[in-house]
Amino acid sequence: MAETKTKKGATKPDVLKAYGVSDELALELMQDMLVYRRFEEKAEEAYAIGKIGGFCHLHIGQEGACAGSIKALREDDYVISAYRSHTQAIAKGVTPNAVMAELYGRVGGASGGKGGSMHIFGAHVRFMGGHGIVGAQVPVATGFAWKIKYREEDSVVVCYMGDAAVNQGAFHESLNMAAVWQLPVIYVVEHNEYGMGTAFSRVSLTDMQEKSGTHGIPGTSVDGQDVLATYALFRKLVQEVRECSGPRFVNLETYRFRGHSMSDPVSGTYRPTEEVERKKKEDDPIVVLRDKLFSGGILDQEGLEAMDAHARRLASEAADFAENSPVPGPEALYRNVWAEVNPHGRLFFDSRRRD
Amino acid sequence: MAVLTYRDALNQALREEMRRDPDVFLMGEEVAEYDGAYKVSKGLLAEFGPKRVVDSPISELGFGGLGVGAAMVGLRPVIEFMTFNFAFLALDQIINNAAKLHYMSDGQFDMPIVFRGPTGAALQLAAQHSQACETYYTHAPGCKVVTPGTPADAKGLLKAAIRDDDLVVFMEGELLYNSKGEVPDDEDFVIPLGVADLKRAGSDVSIITHGKMIHVALAAAAKLHKDGVEADVLDLRTIRPLDMDAILTTVAKTNRVVYVEEGWPYAGTGAQIVSMIQEEAFDALDAPILRVTQADIPMPYAKNLEMLAKPSAELVVEACNKLLYR
Repeated sequence: MAETKTKKGATKPDVLKAYGVSDELALELMQDMLVYRRFEEKAEEAYAIGKIGGFCHLHIGQEGACAGSIKALREDDYVISAYRSHTQAIAKGVTPNAVMAELYGRVGGASGGKGGSMHIFGAHVRFMGGHGIVGAQVPVATGFAWKIKYREEDSVVVCYMGDAAVNQGAFHESLNMAAVWQLPVIYVVEHNEYGMGTAFSRVSLTDMQEKSGTHGIPGTSVDGQDVLATYALFRKLVQEVRECSGPRFVNLETYRFRGHSMSDPVSGTYRPTEEVERKKKEDDPIVVLRDKLFSGGILDQEGLEAMDAHARRLASEAADFAENSPVPGPEALYRNVWAEVNPHGRLFFDSRRRD
Repeated sequence: MAVLTYRDALNQALREEMRRDPDVFLMGEEVAEYDGAYKVSKGLLAEFGPKRVVDSPISELGFGGLGVGAAMVGLRPVIEFMTFNFAFLALDQIINNAAKLHYMSDGQFDMPIVFRGPTGAALQLAAQHSQACETYYTHAPGCKVVTPGTPADAKGLLKAAIRDDDLVVFMEGELLYNSKGEVPDDEDFVIPLGVADLKRAGSDVSIITHGKMIHVALAAAAKLHKDGVEADVLDLRTIRPLDMDAILTTVAKTNRVVYVEEGWPYAGTGAQIVSMIQEEAFDALDAPILRVTQADIPMPYAKNLEMLAKPSAELVVEACNKLLYR
């Protein structure tokens, strides 16, 4: 993290006390959010000039939800997510370089260039992907939690999904099993109000927070644009779950400042431009924290600029790394379809490869 | 060597592998307290307890996906579908996750999971409960697909499937559970995936098949024998990986091939085998390759119609005679 100057005046209000967060941690969260914002902006830029292909879903606007929740985890906790997960991968410990190289489809990418934007994996830091089918990661997360209980470990699983995922059967089947078997998993809906272009209120008569109650799982809502509140809630929930008190559900209220993916406009038929502009102005998680830290005398403009410069540098280095990483060679094409290629029988049915 | 039913051979394989490796667990509908819908898991709850023999809710997509997650982090789940007819609900987890995560992550996660249960028609269960489901899985790279037809194969192949580090779809035959045969009691009796087995030797025509249909093929071969025709009956046992060497060997020997499968003809397993034989052994063929399959219709309920729809020894004999210009 970059050096920052802090000036804590005796007369300043203690803005962090309510959250039980130290100055250092608050600054770290600010730095994290800046890194995520600048990283995603760099990805946006690279997409625009054709360096990145396919679908690309940006997290801009949702940095507080990401930073606040993952900061409460241990290294041996598991995180799994959907397809808007670049910054969650970084938060869990995949390097920005590896994430950007994956977006570029390069050998140095987190998944060797075989996954792309939607399928970032980091087994070494227990970042479990990166999943492209809405809600399909939810049963898989439940399986991680099953293993934790089976082996009597004390890790916790955090499973992110978008608001649209709660209408999938996979969601309800998973929550039911996790409740019946009291598994150590926190299901987190990053509720940015729109499943692609469909407002949540158009596809659900009940509120988000009620979605887990029918399965016997306590649900909590929190303002994901307030990174400190998010962190404080997750710190509490992670501890509860780690102490074997069963699954939890979080409605993490947030908002995306960009389109659903790079191929969509920021606003349009499904949400008015004024709404997006108002949210950007009033509810930017970076601005919300900045104002708190400024008013508490924990950070000043100069310090913020230094942090931002650091974030921009990391994003820029990631793009350079990706640019310089080679594309996968043809030998990678058939590699890792199977873990165990036994000596018998033909596995591939393709004239390009005979085994 | 003991004589066991197919059901007990599977039970023995599960029991031995669960004793051998504490990471192996069995999950599915009615597998524990009910002792299994088809009693394959009989007695396992008593021996291994509810932690390792787990009754699931009726949530195929959910517990199928739970198994995928557990396998990604090092357990070795055996997920039982009461029948593969119900596995369609879990197809997203099997094809999109289990079969692809190793590749998409460039090898970061293995997928040591077995999805098992009966496939194919039983007796008068009508269209939704009577279908051979192999082809849905063989189609996808990342899947290994096993279809044992005898008690010994059931045991040896299930043990191999559980020990394998990849996704294995293990398809049993509902009508085979009571069938009997000699089964080695050696705990290390493991049949490698991808090795076919010649179930009967002959030099006039090759009947290639897999799964339950080996019994139809053998019945046909017995009838042909009475007419002085000797059939080579090759049981593929696993249809991915595929023992192409064994296929080419029997083609070279008889120059005539009938493929018998329980599933539908259109884009079926036999279609793939026919394609490969003509690509690789065109000159060895003395006649077109014929297929005997289920009729290209949903399975009817009425007994007489069901019999008409299934592949039969008579249809196989007819196909062989046609190839021999008899």
